[in-house]
Amino acid sequence: MTEKMHIKLKVNGEDKEFLAEPRELLIYALREKLNITGPHVGCETSHCGACTVTLNGKSVKSCTMFVAQANGAEITTIEGIGTPDALHVLQESFREHHGLQCGFCTPGMIMRATKLLEENPTPTEEEVRFGMAGNICRCTGYQNIVKSILAAASELNAAKEAAQ
Amino acid sequence: MNDLSPERQERSANLKGMGCSRKRVEDARFTQGKGNYVDDIKLDGMLHGDFVRSPYAHARVVSINKDAALALPGVVAVLTAEDLAPLNLHWMPTLAGDKQMVLADGKVLFQGQEVAFVVASDRYVAADAVELVEVEYEELPVITDPFESLKSDVVLREDLAGQTEGAHGPRKHHNHIFTWEQGEEAATNQVIDNADIVAEESMYYHRTHPCPLETCGSVASMDKVNGKLTLWGTFQAPHVVRTVASLLSGIEEHNIRVISPDIGGGFGNKVGVYPGYVCSIVASIVTGVPVKWVEDRMENLMSTAFARDYHMTGKIAATKDGKITGLHCHVTADHGGFDACADPTKFPAGFMNICTGSYDIPTAYLAVDGVYTNKAPGGVSYRCSFRVTEAVYFIERMIEVLAIKLDMDAAELRRINFIKKEQFPYTAALGWEYDSGDYHTAWDKALKSVDYEGLRKEQAERVEAFKRGETRTLMGIGLSFFTEIVGAGPVKNCDILGMGMFDSCEIRIHPTGSAIARLGTISQGQGHATTFAQILASEIGISADSITIEEGDTDTAPYGLGTYGSRSTPVAGAATALAGRKIRAKAQMIAAYLLEVHDDDVEFDIDRFVVKGAPEKFKTMKEIAYAAYNQAIPGIEPGLEAVSYYDPPNMTYPFGAYVCVMDIDVDTGVPEIRRFYALDDCGTRINPMIIEGQVHGGLTEALAVALGQEIAYDELGNVKTGTLMDFFLPTAWEVPNYETDYTVTPSPHHPIGAKGVGESPHVGGVPCFSNAIQDAFRPFGNTHTNMPHDHWRIWQTANGLGLHD
Repeated sequence: MTEKMHIKLKVNGEDKEFLAEPRELLIYALREKLNITGPHVGCETSHCGACTVTLNGKSVKSCTMFVAQANGAEITTIEGIGTPDALHVLQESFREHHGLQCGFCTPGMIMRATKLLEENPTPTEEEVRFGMAGNICRCTGYQNIVKSILAAASELNAAKEAAQ
Repeated sequence: MNDLSPERQERSANLKGMGCSRKRVEDARFTQGKGNYVDDIKLDGMLHGDFVRSPYAHARVVSINKDAALALPGVVAVLTAEDLAPLNLHWMPTLAGDKQMVLADGKVLFQGQEVAFVVASDRYVAADAVELVEVEYEELPVITDPFESLKSDVVLREDLAGQTEGAHGPRKHHNHIFTWEQGEEAATNQVIDNADIVAEESMYYHRTHPCPLETCGSVASMDKVNGKLTLWGTFQAPHVVRTVASLLSGIEEHNIRVISPDIGGGFGNKVGVYPGYVCSIVASIVTGVPVKWVEDRMENLMSTAFARDYHMTGKIAATKDGKITGLHCHVTADHGGFDACADPTKFPAGFMNICTGSYDIPTAYLAVDGVYTNKAPGGVSYRCSFRVTEAVYFIERMIEVLAIKLDMDAAELRRINFIKKEQFPYTAALGWEYDSGDYHTAWDKALKSVDYEGLRKEQAERVEAFKRGETRTLMGIGLSFFTEIVGAGPVKNCDILGMGMFDSCEIRIHPTGSAIARLGTISQGQGHATTFAQILASEIGISADSITIEEGDTDTAPYGLGTYGSRSTPVAGAATALAGRKIRAKAQMIAAYLLEVHDDDVEFDIDRFVVKGAPEKFKTMKEIAYAAYNQAIPGIEPGLEAVSYYDPPNMTYPFGAYVCVMDIDVDTGVPEIRRFYALDDCGTRINPMIIEGQVHGGLTEALAVALGQEIAYDELGNVKTGTLMDFFLPTAWEVPNYETDYTVTPSPHHPIGAKGVGESPHVGGVPCFSNAIQDAFRPFGNTHTNMPHDHWRIWQTANGLGLHD
């Protein structure tokens, strides 16, 4: 066992400090040290995307990053994008369009989709399919996930237009 | 009462009962990261377990040295077979009547087999300790081919040496497990010998894996003060796990509480009982603190629950006009090192005897030989009822092969052989009684929807253009028509480890007119909390939004056999409807008392009982519920509760018609799915939105299996597809949009006429994708190539037919 490091993170707007071995993966630090269990472990090899979080403004698969590498970072997880009284548009949209079944991939899917729509607010279906190809779902066949994301994009754009 | 006045329509809509696309109640927690899966469970003082696994597929375990591992700070215990033997837990019974090593007892039989269980303070320390356990192996000859296994002198299962009788009859060889025969062999051979036309084909349905996104795991907590064991786990059948845990551990069943929390997909992977579950229990008993075990993805693919691995040989006989007269099927089934198939006891090859499919075939014979090899045990039903994917793939390929032999259109060949609507209930040559069907209507609707004739014309033009050198792509039209057999099953012939396969529902109506219903099943994404409430809403007149559905806790839910084989709606759904009817019967008596009329003078109307002929006189279910608890009613005891245990009289037989259109690049082997049309008939439809979601998902898993997903071994028994780098799971990029359609042919014996749908798209989808690939090459002489049709194999097919010359 190596010496533990002093880690500081800002997670969902809150400052967190804890000790961790440098080899500890970010996903386990989030899940086991901070009890943030929204992000899931599906493969530990970066393929499935169930662990996707936003780290310093980018989509990151937290199973393939050491917590030491994340030291000082600002992280948003599924728990940080909405509240029960004010859900994120994508959270609403996934429910509305049946974009989930077992729910295991959903936190990663929605987190990736939030970034996708920031990067490209008016994606085509093809762009959604390409942009979400790092996240695997075993239940839905993606059809309703794509539908959910396209519907959320329309809604976000309509809201933006209304605000202008 | 059949008028649809706006007032009645509104009351009916408010119920959110059967037939509406109610949004899912589960989604609130899943979209907010508040699901509660096994790995989310964290208990005070909890330790973590991890396995030392065999790198060899067949070897003797000479010695195990734990010293270095035990010396590592944080390591609490290292368990081996020697430690489990005094408890008689070093072996466990399998669901198939065989036994399986929990931890290697002298030898290992497949790569990844569990050898020792390390228990440590956290997952990192446990993983370090796994590396420190020194195991000395002596390699033995490896057999990965079942045909070779049946000829080999090498005895794989030394524990069974000399046993000529297995759980399913005589064993022909020391690596042979069983022979299972159905139908009339002599009569079938006679039909084949005298037939105008006989088509023969051998096909291999490759080994694959259900691979749900959440792997398997458990948390065991032995409370020594109260003598209670609590076990959380990824269990598709929590009640069965409780009974098995009790039988294995000797702890009385009332002292064991099994909880299946949220489950991240099952698809058959989470039906079996795995060494990890047993070891977490033993470790908690030994250490006195909770112990968690969660497998990683590689362990999941290597050791828990493979599916298929069937080598099938068929002969199909027909008249010159294409009327099928007989079917012969032989299967060599590779079961790996232990026979841990998850099938009802009397069906060692599951319902493979549904292999006459949707066709009126008068004579048939099926024989299945199960064989041991040095591969992982399992043989689960990956998104299908027991071995039905194999059966449907077999018959749907045989039909295509016969069509080629007859030089006939495969759609027409199906049509002239379908079981006719008026023949139902139909008893098939291999014994099953199909409950209901209208195959011709479904087929005609499907072919018309895709303009089948137009597609064939386009395909013929494409072939000509290809021959002229104007294009390098071919067009494939995949057809499949399937009949599923789900809802296991009648207790008279369906049991698992002796436990009859009924299911259950218990309902409590609260005084204010809301309710909780508990079932013996467990959702893994199917949306039971949404749909079962819809069944009840229609049955008892309380809005689905006021009904909580709870499953998975054996201390609270009534006993049931769980969720797999599309049995939840056919069995537990029936129990739900019948328990609801018991509630309604009591409610009727209460309503009659309150309305001061005779019981027979009131009738149920959506959400109330009304006086016949005087609908202005009524009592709503809410009022009735309140009265049930708070008013003294002569002759009626207080409360409003009911329970139903449902033993189905028969299976249900959903069916469907699928068409897939592909363009295949002959030079790269890449297939592009242009269109996929899926018509499903699952009887009465409870929630169309959820049905469509199930169809999309099942088809995508079918696409995966048909086009690349495989558990492959090399000749030394090394797993070549142990990570998601090599094991194909399609992404949004590879998957098309599906067109869904339906007909409705209710099940005559199910209380609400529902048949189940979750597995149909997988069962029908695999042959449809495969047939599309094979059909593209039919004009060039292809009759059959084996799955998975990955780009390389498609390229090889094209190459073998001389299309690259």
